[in-house]
Amino acid sequence: MTDWPILSTVTFLPLVGVLLLLFMNGEGANGRRNVLNISLLTTVATFVVSLFIWIGFDNSNPGFQMVEKHGWLSTGISYHLGVDGISMLFVILTTFLMPFCVLASWVSVEKRIKEYMIAFLLLEVVMVGVFVALDIVLFYVFFEATLIPMFVIIGVWGGKDRVYASYKFFLYTLAGSVLTMLAIMAMYWQAGTTDMTELLKYGFPVGMQTWLWLAFFAAFSVKMPMWPVHTWLPDAHVQAPTAGSVILAGVMLKLGGYGFIRFSLSMLPVASDYFAPLVFTLSVLAIIYTSLVALMQEDMKKLIAYSSVAHMGYVTMGIFAANTQGLQGAIFQMLSHGIVSGALFLCVGVVYDRLHTRDIAAYGGLVNNMPKYAVAMMIFTMANVGLPGTSGFVGEFLTIIGVFRVNTWVALFAATGVILSASYALWLYRRMIFGALDKESLKSMLDLSGREKLILYPLVVLTIFFGVYPAPVFDATAASVDLVVNNYSAALQAAKNLALNVH
Amino acid sequence: MTAELLSLSLQLSMPEIILAVGALALLMIGVFTGEKSAPMVTMLAVALLVVAAVWVAVMPGSGEGWGGAFILDPFARFMKVVALIGSIVAIGLSFGQARYLELDKFEFPVVLVLSTLGMMVLISANDLISFYLGLELMSLSLYVVAAFNRDSLRSTEAGLKYFVLGALSSGMMLYGMSLVYGFTGNTGFDEIARVLSTETRGLGLIFGMVFVLAGACFKISAVPFHMWTPDVYEGAPTPVTAFFAAGPKVAAMAILVRVVSEAFSPIVADWRQIIVFVAIASMLLGSFAAIGQKNIKRLMAYSSIGHMGYALVGLAAGTETGVSGVVLYMTIYMVMTLGTFACILAMRREDGVYLENVEDLAGLSSTKPFMAVVLTALMFSMAGIPPLAGFFAKYFVFVAAIEAKLYALSVIGVLSSVVGAYYYLRLVKLMWFDAPKGEFARTGGILRLVFGLSGLFVVAYVVIGGPIGMAANAAAKSFF
Repeated sequence: MTDWPILSTVTFLPLVGVLLLLFMNGEGANGRRNVLNISLLTTVATFVVSLFIWIGFDNSNPGFQMVEKHGWLSTGISYHLGVDGISMLFVILTTFLMPFCVLASWVSVEKRIKEYMIAFLLLEVVMVGVFVALDIVLFYVFFEATLIPMFVIIGVWGGKDRVYASYKFFLYTLAGSVLTMLAIMAMYWQAGTTDMTELLKYGFPVGMQTWLWLAFFAAFSVKMPMWPVHTWLPDAHVQAPTAGSVILAGVMLKLGGYGFIRFSLSMLPVASDYFAPLVFTLSVLAIIYTSLVALMQEDMKKLIAYSSVAHMGYVTMGIFAANTQGLQGAIFQMLSHGIVSGALFLCVGVVYDRLHTRDIAAYGGLVNNMPKYAVAMMIFTMANVGLPGTSGFVGEFLTIIGVFRVNTWVALFAATGVILSASYALWLYRRMIFGALDKESLKSMLDLSGREKLILYPLVVLTIFFGVYPAPVFDATAASVDLVVNNYSAALQAAKNLALNVH
Repeated sequence: MTAELLSLSLQLSMPEIILAVGALALLMIGVFTGEKSAPMVTMLAVALLVVAAVWVAVMPGSGEGWGGAFILDPFARFMKVVALIGSIVAIGLSFGQARYLELDKFEFPVVLVLSTLGMMVLISANDLISFYLGLELMSLSLYVVAAFNRDSLRSTEAGLKYFVLGALSSGMMLYGMSLVYGFTGNTGFDEIARVLSTETRGLGLIFGMVFVLAGACFKISAVPFHMWTPDVYEGAPTPVTAFFAAGPKVAAMAILVRVVSEAFSPIVADWRQIIVFVAIASMLLGSFAAIGQKNIKRLMAYSSIGHMGYALVGLAAGTETGVSGVVLYMTIYMVMTLGTFACILAMRREDGVYLENVEDLAGLSSTKPFMAVVLTALMFSMAGIPPLAGFFAKYFVFVAAIEAKLYALSVIGVLSSVVGAYYYLRLVKLMWFDAPKGEFARTGGILRLVFGLSGLFVVAYVVIGGPIGMAANAAAKSFF
């Protein structure tokens, strides 16, 4: 059992579902039900199998585990998979969110359900692939391949301006990442390998690090997204179908954060230190500016999208604080945001399915006829704000501590962002849920159906569980994070010594 | 020439001899059987090309023949197989469509076989004379097939345009060859290289080289010698366009690689700047000019201009990695192009009218899902999005450029690929996001086979790419 290639299994298991769907007739009510059942079964099975990664994971080992390595394309690139404390939980997050996406699309996706599910399952393959890839070219292949299914998902099943949004999403992220491809090649010729385990040890020359860092920054800052290249995100979120938004916010934004930790921070420490002030500035700008923008939104999804940008500001800030708290906090924040923002988009989906508008002004007083919905939404709103006792608090708090140790001013501004996030989130909640139920169109709306309960309740439980007891996450990430932080400070020290010797 | 040398030369060039004799025999068959022989001659032509391809692929032996004018090395072998496959598929594409397009004359396959013979000679040319002979045999046949549909104004215009511009470029190239000969005293590539490595090169030689490169760039339609491409692509009957886009480009690229890596290898710095310029100009023009195109064949013309730019990026590196990248790029490019043209040929209405507007693809995903999926894969592949084959093609040329420290070229290249992605996305958008406007007629079996295989290739390249990459590496070793 130990030799079983579990990472490949988890990565490519959804392809089985794709194959089954390909040879199936998705027409008619029966066909539709079959498509949905197969998709649900595939994603649940993938999630269950992926849990074995967590079970078999050795928390005390900071290196890569469950490694698989084979030659690929006979050109020096290898098919090399493995997980460490940083990537393992993202794999679980991805496989965990997929069944919810399938459930969220159960009735709301009306046309071409078969193609829709195929696109989602393919998306799952490449997203898991990004997190488990240990070869830098393989990483890039998976990283870029996410564009194709997402482009189609937004473009075919999206809202009114879906074409514009899908183009913007695709071209923005492509423009960012093509430069990364060149950086990857430069690393290959410099270090003579594309193996990430070797590259992590390599130690690139200081002058080269600057350029490589900038090239990686181009890709990951767009993906993350950081201010000012975040503008694709609100468009994409608003136009994407509910499940598409969940995946965008829940997993795809994390590709950027994961890339920052894995490449920028771990492989290019000197440049990361040099550029940290830039990242802090952009993060603080993102936190404050996008929170203010979120305050003024009239579209629910857009509001949550902007709040995502603000939350990702905490993540980048925490990562480049480059200490244990900052990094732990950033990883936790990403995982928590994956659950919470995903859940918020699902909440929006619940009311959107009933009223077919995302206008905040069209709602009000929902607590009267949808009490269960109001409670669930309350918990996610609080988690979004970062209330202690919810998972949102832990990450925000740790990243602010982490950055406080490096730069108190940054911490000060970031903390004001918490107040702003409370204002926009609570205001949204007030306008939607509280007040009098006087709009005719809302009076007939029913509370959560069984399927919607199945979607939202587990997420509620997780949000509170990780808010109260975050230890499982920290246990898994601690060893790897320590390794990254130690290597980082050692590399900086070495660079400093070198500079002293020269003078 | 002794009998031994003669038999060696004959052995090395046996596939060419098969094609030459076979083409003449086919002509006789056609003439004596009359007009109705077209389908049979076409099938025999395909069989002939298959025999030649198998011979090239399987029979051992390498070296120089015919007094050094002809060379068979792993590079020539690989490129010949690719070019032959291109020709076979392109003739296959015309097979089912010939009667709709008035291409059902027995001369048509014969001329294509002759053109393929020209490509083979061109790929194996190791001397300026055989270079020119191969190029002209290939081109003259192409002029004829471009204007093959005599009753169509556009077709004859395309043929004439191609002929006039082609003759001009041939003239320029001949002039360049005479300069190269005058300044080095030799026509053989090996001898030219030997002379260049011992003496300092004169200005006249540089002029000669520029003219020779210009001639080759005309054939691969690289900027600034690309003017003919959109008009000829649009005007020529579609199977002919497919033929243009496949084999001849591969053969011309092969000779370009061979000339600069063999004959002009001692003056890398001189030709590299030309190739860098041509590559940048082609990539940029290919990307930007394609945006406004409405006719899908014109779009493909600009797309192919861009692709030639990318392939030249690998050549600009001037290293073994670079040449291997070019070889791989041309292979993948050819497969993608043939698949796309098969899809274009499938855009036929029930009443037999071929549609050529990009807009006609609207809603293809609901009317013809299989074709839409394949065409989508091909478009993403051409845009260079992983995990499709087109990404690996781009990866290997740029990896060579980075190795040679051509950073500006690489950055411009990848950024123009983002611009290029825009118009490939437009096709995807039309097929998937828009509502269908009309339906196409049932797609012929050969077309489905061709675009199906092509789609399979670009999707499965991540799995099957290893042996192809190794063969490309072996081919590139011929020069280094």
